[in-house]
Amino acid sequence: MKSTDISDPQYFHKVVDCQYACPAHTPVPEYIRLIAHGRYDDAYMINWQSNVFPGILGRTCDRPCEPACRRGRVEAEPVAICRLKRVAADFKDDITARLPKPAQRKNGKKVALVGGGPASLTVARDLAPLGYECVVFDGDHKAGGMIRSQIPKFRLPDSVIDEETGYILHLGVEFRGGTRIDSMKKLLAENFDAIFVGTGAPRGRDLDIPGRKEAAANIHIGIDWLSSVSFGHISKIGKRVIVLGGGNTAMDCCRSARRLGGDDVQVVVRSGFEEMKASPWEKEDAQHEGIPIHNYLVPKEFTHENGKLTGITFEKVKAEFDAKGRRKLVSAGEPDQHFPCDDVLVAVGQENAFPWIERDCGIEFGDWDMPKVDAVTFRSTHPKVFFGGDAAFGPKNIIWAVAHGHEAAVSIDKMLNGEDIADRPLPAVEVVSQKMGIHEWSYDNAIEPDHRYKVPLRDKAIALKDIKAEVELGFDVDLALKEAGRCLNCDIQTVFAAQLCIECDACVDICPMDCITFTPNADEKELRQHLKAPALNLTQDLYVQDGLKTGRVMVKDEDVCLHCGLCAERCPTGAWDMQKYLLEMTHAGTSCRPPRRSAA
Amino acid sequence: MTYLAKPKFHHPGLPKNELGYTHRDYEGTVSTLCAGCGHDSITGAIIQACFELAIEPHRVAKISGIGCSSKTPTYFLGNSHGFNSVHGRMPSVLTGANLANRDLIYLGVSGDGDSASIGLGQFAHCLRRGVNMTYIVENNGVYGLTKGQFSATADRGSKSKRGVTNTDNSIDMVAMALQLGASFVARSFSGDKEQLVPIIKAAIAHQGAAFIDVISPCVAFNNHAGSTKSFDFVREHNEAVNRLDFISTRMPIGLQQEPGTVEIVEQHDGSRIALRKLDADYEVHDRAAALGFLQHHAAKGQIVTGLLFVEKEAQDLHAHLDTVEEPLNKLGEKELCPGSAVLGQINAGLR
Repeated sequence: MKSTDISDPQYFHKVVDCQYACPAHTPVPEYIRLIAHGRYDDAYMINWQSNVFPGILGRTCDRPCEPACRRGRVEAEPVAICRLKRVAADFKDDITARLPKPAQRKNGKKVALVGGGPASLTVARDLAPLGYECVVFDGDHKAGGMIRSQIPKFRLPDSVIDEETGYILHLGVEFRGGTRIDSMKKLLAENFDAIFVGTGAPRGRDLDIPGRKEAAANIHIGIDWLSSVSFGHISKIGKRVIVLGGGNTAMDCCRSARRLGGDDVQVVVRSGFEEMKASPWEKEDAQHEGIPIHNYLVPKEFTHENGKLTGITFEKVKAEFDAKGRRKLVSAGEPDQHFPCDDVLVAVGQENAFPWIERDCGIEFGDWDMPKVDAVTFRSTHPKVFFGGDAAFGPKNIIWAVAHGHEAAVSIDKMLNGEDIADRPLPAVEVVSQKMGIHEWSYDNAIEPDHRYKVPLRDKAIALKDIKAEVELGFDVDLALKEAGRCLNCDIQTVFAAQLCIECDACVDICPMDCITFTPNADEKELRQHLKAPALNLTQDLYVQDGLKTGRVMVKDEDVCLHCGLCAERCPTGAWDMQKYLLEMTHAGTSCRPPRRSAA
Repeated sequence: MTYLAKPKFHHPGLPKNELGYTHRDYEGTVSTLCAGCGHDSITGAIIQACFELAIEPHRVAKISGIGCSSKTPTYFLGNSHGFNSVHGRMPSVLTGANLANRDLIYLGVSGDGDSASIGLGQFAHCLRRGVNMTYIVENNGVYGLTKGQFSATADRGSKSKRGVTNTDNSIDMVAMALQLGASFVARSFSGDKEQLVPIIKAAIAHQGAAFIDVISPCVAFNNHAGSTKSFDFVREHNEAVNRLDFISTRMPIGLQQEPGTVEIVEQHDGSRIALRKLDADYEVHDRAAALGFLQHHAAKGQIVTGLLFVEKEAQDLHAHLDTVEEPLNKLGEKELCPGSAVLGQINAGLR
């Protein structure tokens, strides 16, 4: 294998599994350390820079970081990264003084943002302080989009949404609530220099089976029903409720129904329990509230009497796999099952809908009637129009919307400065040695087995009575400190300097995970088999360095490295060093534009 | 030294031996020696050897004297018996323990100061008697604990860290061990575990006095230009006569190689050593030739490593003394004190 090029920022970025997995690339270990130090304001600001909605995401994020977390590979469960983010939001002081100020001078450029959800608000957050005049349009009267309309209040209180959308609107962003844009042509005719579409995936999929029309009064589309609940238009539901669907929306529906009079709420999914789209923790939360989840049942018919829903008939199915491993649901050959109920919530998926974009306005549409959007610049085929969030590539989640927003803001900023928007800025990278003294490192590297701490919950009896009572109480300072201590500090990198190495084997002997091997060079496949412990996780890189006196190479398997620093501690020559690698994404502003070449 | 404890986590894919242990189960506490010390590598090699042999830790007694090397038994086999004895007196303690309980595996760990200076007499007599043990000298050529004076194994003409030249002749412990009748003699290098681990395994299986001299650079006081025990010098002047694979009694011989390149040495306990000769003329069963070879190469400044001598029919102290199979410490009062009638018979036999 060739020597690893560690000057490529992507190499060490990939080692920080959580940050690499995060769409917005939030420097997770950095803020977890700050939480451990009680520096909640600083931890919050790192999050705010990167993911814009720490308090909201700390309660609702889909947390792609956690399945990636290295702790999950060396112990049973990952660090509770998401809930630690909430800790930063919960315990911070007033941070308003640290936020950017509204621009003193406007730059004369106007940007329209359609939809007041996380994608648009991120674009506004990035562009407004630079002097852009940002106007956010939303059909609702308050900002937040699906964050406000679809996430139940018992998971995310309004006060948190008000606070974090407020930080953005106070940057001099104009919010035109209650103004639904119904024509792209008209919007294009107004003199905006750029338009960003962040309208989400607002249409809930329906279920067209017999009885749908006849029993319509008691059959509700999940996301519409959730939004009516959010805005207080609905406050009651029948005693027996069936929720159809296995995604996170279905979980929100069943838990909301449980609080609005549904004593007997059940979830029914077509597929197997394991394949459900809902995050494992959301399924757990639903089950914790006494909601059973039935699987392998395909709805056949809504039954009704005198125009009133009486229940649903299901066909029992089983999964079969064809030669190519594709799953097919086939009849199990059992008698149909009938579930009596008073109300049904249909949460079987969401769709994009752009009835307000005229198809002849210069924006091309492709497969599934989705606009053609560049995956890097987020520009549509119309040079002035950008898409982001669920509106760009279909339903994902808040953190993806934020990531899209940052990138679209970079594109808009570059475009309006006359630059090539395909030329993307590199991230800012800082690498600093953590050595303080002979046995002193500026991070806590005493690593012990320590299982994940549970977030305290409100008493179930009380929580189920009030739909606005937040279920999760959040970590207290003590628990937060303990959970933060589980972080392995994967951003403190093991950096090897072959020219200093005397090949004494001290690092090999001390490494608790048998990550390090000195061996004759070979190709990657062979090396992976012949290390001190086999490197079978192909998603994790081998760090290879040549230039040793014996002609061998140093190979380190990054997979289960604890970043404990014992290799560096035991190295007599300083060939190993622990260096903090801080990668920050470049957002809109002067740093996203290359410096002009000077005459000299 | 390290203040941090080694984390208890281990690699999820770590191999286990027949006892279900990983090599981590053969560790001791974290070393307090200087970072990079050759002795720590030897510790690593002993751990690896015992893991691969699937030795039950409670069947090992590790005995040492005084010095950096003699601290190391704390760092391996944390669940074995240990005795950190007086300076240079490891061989007597080991001999005594071995006489009392012949069932244990004896690992004597010593250094060049402990064995070549203060304990030279003990070293000699222990080997001469053929105590069944593995005697490892962690040889760095300096007194590390007292800041780097030349030890008795420092080569004449080599330089100290401060630039002073050694004018005394050195003691070659391998040559002495050969002369004193050790039945297994090897030399290796702490920086070459590929060679060292099988040598330790073969020595442990050897039923007799096995002596291993391991050159172990002292990173603090003897790893500079002018030293003949530095990493660079040893790597440049290493003259390995053979490489070996150890085949335990449990494993079948899988090696089918060209005759002449691999020699199978069968040991008393049924284990075998597959020797891959690097020097075609080297004869591993010829004590006198080994001595000559050693001195010839030493004169050229070369360090001969590998398995240098192994006796075909090794015997140990218990065989010489014709003791009973049952360890003495397990014999009851009845067997040990058979009564005045038996004493009378013995006395009568001596009259």
